[in-house]
Order: sequence, then C-alpha cells, then structure tokens
Amino acid sequence: MSPETANLEEIVAQVPPARGVVEPLPPVNAEGEQLLEISMGPHHPSTHGVFRMNVVLEGEQVVRLKPVFGYLHRNHEKIAENAAYLAAIPYTDRLDYLCSMTNNWGYALAVEKLAGIGVPERAEYIRVIVAELTRLQNHASLIGFLMQDMGMSGTPLMYAFREREKILDLFESLSGARMMCNYMRFGGVRVDTSAEWLRQVRELNGEFPRFLDEFESLLAGNEILMGRAQGVGVLSPELAVSSGASGPMLRASGVNYDVRKVDGYGVYDRFSFRVPLGDHGDVYDRYMMRVLEMRESVKILEQAVRDIPAGPIMDPKARLRGLRPKAGEAYGRIESPKGELGFYLISDGTGNPYRYRVRPPSLINLTVLEDMCLGRGVADVVVILGSVDIVLGEVDR
Amino acid sequence: MRAGLGGVMDEELKNLKAELSKHGVFTTTFEELYNWGRKNSVWPLTFGLACCAIEMIATTMARYDLARFGAEVFRASPRQADLIIVSGTVTKKMAPQVVRLYNQMPEPKYVIAMGACAISGGPFRDGYNVLKGIDRYIPVDVHIPGCPPRPEALIDAFMTLQKKIDAQQLTGEDRPRHLKEDLPSEFPVPEYGEHDLEPPNNAEVWNPLKVIQK
Ligand code: SF4
Repeated sequence: MSPETANLEEIVAQVPPARGVVEPLPPVNAEGEQLLEISMGPHHPSTHGVFRMNVVLEGEQVVRLKPVFGYLHRNHEKIAENAAYLAAIPYTDRLDYLCSMTNNWGYALAVEKLAGIGVPERAEYIRVIVAELTRLQNHASLIGFLMQDMGMSGTPLMYAFREREKILDLFESLSGARMMCNYMRFGGVRVDTSAEWLRQVRELNGEFPRFLDEFESLLAGNEILMGRAQGVGVLSPELAVSSGASGPMLRASGVNYDVRKVDGYGVYDRFSFRVPLGDHGDVYDRYMMRVLEMRESVKILEQAVRDIPAGPIMDPKARLRGLRPKAGEAYGRIESPKGELGFYLISDGTGNPYRYRVRPPSLINLTVLEDMCLGRGVADVVVILGSVDIVLGEVDR
Repeated sequence: MRAGLGGVMDEELKNLKAELSKHGVFTTTFEELYNWGRKNSVWPLTFGLACCAIEMIATTMARYDLARFGAEVFRASPRQADLIIVSGTVTKKMAPQVVRLYNQMPEPKYVIAMGACAISGGPFRDGYNVLKGIDRYIPVDVHIPGCPPRPEALIDAFMTLQKKIDAQQLTGEDRPRHLKEDLPSEFPVPEYGEHDLEPPNNAEVWNPLKVIQK
C-alpha cells in the first residue's frame, strides 16, 4: 500500500457517514392525526410534463408540498461539456422547447463574452425580432394551458395555437424547423432574412393586437378566471426577490426587474417599451403580466422591423468550428419568456467547455411553489403551478 | 369470417360485394365491422414526455385536427385509453412509470414511439440517464423518426396504425396478441437499479437490429 492511499483512507475514515436519503416528515399533524398524502404526477394532465409533487393535505388544505424533479433529466450539461462549443447549440433548443430562439441567444451571448466575439447590427436586430416572436407564442400558449388547467377545456388553447402556428410558419421559413430552430450562432445568425420575410412579420405583427383584444375580451373579465385566479397563490415581493424568482413571475409581484432593461443586452436599449408590473402577485396578475408583455413585444417588433439596417449577419472574425476560447469564464444572461435565462461557461482553453451550467428560470421560479400553495386546495395547486410557467426540459435539463 | 377463405375467394367476394353495393345491398363481415369501429375510435392517453409532446398537442389543435381520425378524445386515465404515444425522451427514472402506464391500459392497446428519443434516445443517447428506446420494454406498433416529428408525421403514423388495426384478423394463427390467451398483456416493470435499469431490457419484446457481417 502506497503512502498516498493510506493517507486517503485515513481521510475517508474521518468523513462522517452519509446522511442518506432525508426521511420525509411523517404524515401526521401536531395533534397526531393522520394526514392525507397525495402523489401528483409524473403522469398528470396538469403538471405540464413529467413533474411530480407530493402534496400533504389536512382536510382540503395543503399543509406540505414537496416537488420531485428529475423525470426528464437528460444530461444536457454533461453532454455539452463533452461537445464542441458549436455542437451545444442544438441542445439548447431542447432546453425550453417552446422557446428555442431565446435559448440559442442566451448561449450565443455567453460564448460571445467568453471568446470576445462581436455581433453585427443586422444580426442583433434579427435576434430581437425572433426573440420577441418567441415571447409572443410562448405567452399565448401559456395562457391557453393555464385556462385549460382552470377547466375551460381546450378553447383558449385552440385560439393560442392558431396564432402560434402562424409564428412557427415564420420560424420554419427562416430556419427550416418549426420548433427546434437552431438558428443563432456566436457572432450572428445562421441565415439572413429576406425582405418578404420581414413583410410577413410586419403583417403578423399588425394583426396580433386584434388577437390580443379578442383574447382579452374573452378572458380578462371572465367569471371563471377571476374566481379561480384572484387572490390565489400570492407571492410577496420580498419572497420573490429572496428566492431569486425572475421574469413575469417576479414582475407580477411588483418588482421592477427586466434583464432587457437592466442589461440592455443586444440592442434592446434602442427600443422604447414599458415593463408591466403587477400589484398583488397572485395568479391573475401573473396572467395579466403575460397579456401586457405581449402588447409590449408587439411594440418592440414594430420598431425592430422598421429600423433594421442592411449589412452582414455574421462577425467575419467569428470562428464557428474549432473555436478555442482563452481560459476564463463568462456568464451570459437574457430575459427569456420565462425569466432570466443564464449560461455560465468556464473555458480551459480547449475545444469544449470545462464547465457548462444553465441557470434555468423555470426551476428557480418553482422553488417558491410550496409557499404559494400552502392553505389552498389541490385544485388551486394546479392553477398556481400553471401560472409559474414551467417547461420540464429546462427544469430537469 | 375471412378465415379459411383463399386468395381467389377473397377476390371473388370483393367483386360480389362491389356488385351488390351497386344495387343498394350492403354486406360486411363481423370482423370488418369490428375493425372499422375500432380503428376510428382510438383514444390516446394524455401523456407528454418532452418536446415531442408539444408537437403532439399541436396535432390535436385546429390546424392539424387529429379529430378527423377519431382520436380527439385524449384520456388522462390509462384505463380509458387505447393508444399510448410515447412522445419524448424516456429517462431511466421515467421508464418504469411508462411501462406501468402501459400495463394499466386495457387490451387491445397500441403504442406509437414518437420522435428520435423514444425510438433510440435520439440526441440525448449519450446521456447517462436516458433510455435508449422504449421498445426495450414494451412492444411498439409504429415508430416515427424526427426531432420533433412534424404533426403531419404523427398523422401519418396514426393512419398507419389504423391500417394495421383494419388488417387484423380475429381468428386463426395470425390473430393479434390480445386475442391469444396465453400471451401476456402486461410486462415486467423495470427497477431503478444501481447503475442502470434492472433488467436493462425485456428479452420478450425487444428485438434489436442484428448486424450481419459478410
Ligand atoms: S426527439 Fe427531439 S424533439 Fe423529440 S423529445 Fe427527443 S429531443 Fe425532443
């Protein structure tokens, strides 16, 4: 036995034994009465994928809620650490699979910071356009899913998907794929837009407010929505900030924080748009946030399509294949439709990242789920979960 | 019943039926009627795993409208479903639940493996936590490649399944699995073992591609 191993064994002997699995609290209340335990998911129509919650009920009320993750853990980070920088882009598409464009952007931004790559003007504008289109379709479908969770059957979802299909058509004609666009590259975007494509965006954008009006006149004063959403799942601004929540969820609690305004990444500082803020932090405010944000996105799109300059779409100095950034680290973050999406990269000078970490907004927004659900019924848990807007591909990665 | 009739008879029968229908007489066999009813009311399970599930939802929406094929009624309970569309990546943590859901469905039941992930692990094949194809544990009727497959592809798979149901004979040696009493309708649920699922596949249903070397 070599001295090193002996030393190692000594060290190992000093390590206290692993605590193992933390035993959950027994399902009894303070008086020792039996409580009801329910396991919701991973196969449940309202958990938005393969998410599971262990809910403990006292009578009708939720007294404990424990989320169980990992049913869609696809090893995204480890796969990306073993791949070239370029090869990770298609995987980012599949993180939050409703918003592939913004995921691409977050990753591209991190690599650009890491390797010191610039982005031409035109590419920045195209990025804004596709990102805002992504936001429109994400928020529209989210509202549809939320209404479905409230028991409005599929009608609002049908309306939302009608609009979503139009946006997906635009994505398809631009990038070749409906959902997994794989469109952005570090240093720019993959293909240029045509004048015709921009005209179609302008047309869609012109019609979108009509859809929003229609949607809102159907929903905003709707009895079911108000009854099920107002005062439900209240998240206080203090808790929202200290838990690290971001995106529409944070702003619904009245905290003015939008990465597009704070960082002004890309060319967002050139557009005039407002950041809607909520008042109560309940489900209704979270719903309202999405509607109002869509209206702001329409404004941004209008300005972006109007002002887009001509020019190249790729930085001539950017190397896609065989990129070897200098050793160092970088964090790139954007305001994805779900919140602050960040990519943290550490380079050791080789062709693939030494560490690749995603800051998933859905996962971090989920951490306050229990606090929002305590004291409510199971039917409210479903609605509150729906209003957080999770996508399991991003939560579990 | 079609059983026992040779190919020539089949042909004559077809001609006879065509002739009769010209005179307003509709003839059918029990088997045809039964299969016709079954193929037009396949109820899928509301079951989404990953990205492909979004395309599955899109397929049921207004533009692609899966309702045209009698499949608009998505059921949340496996007890009421005839078809499970495995739409997305099956991880090792999820695989036991997928098999369990399949076991809970009543016969006759069908499986569509939607997307590269459900077929083989797809882009995430190298992941340590990803099952490399759901056909290791349950019998798959139709595979659709794609990442994600377009809604049209899902509809195509659905039509393929309908053709398959339509061609099933109710008697004889070729009758489908669910009519053979001695064949199982449930399969063992794998356990989440130390390194991999235990067992890593079910030899009864899995027949991997064989590489033939010359
Ligand atoms: S096949 Fe592609 S789109 Fe479908 S679940 Fe797998 S990664 Fe997602």
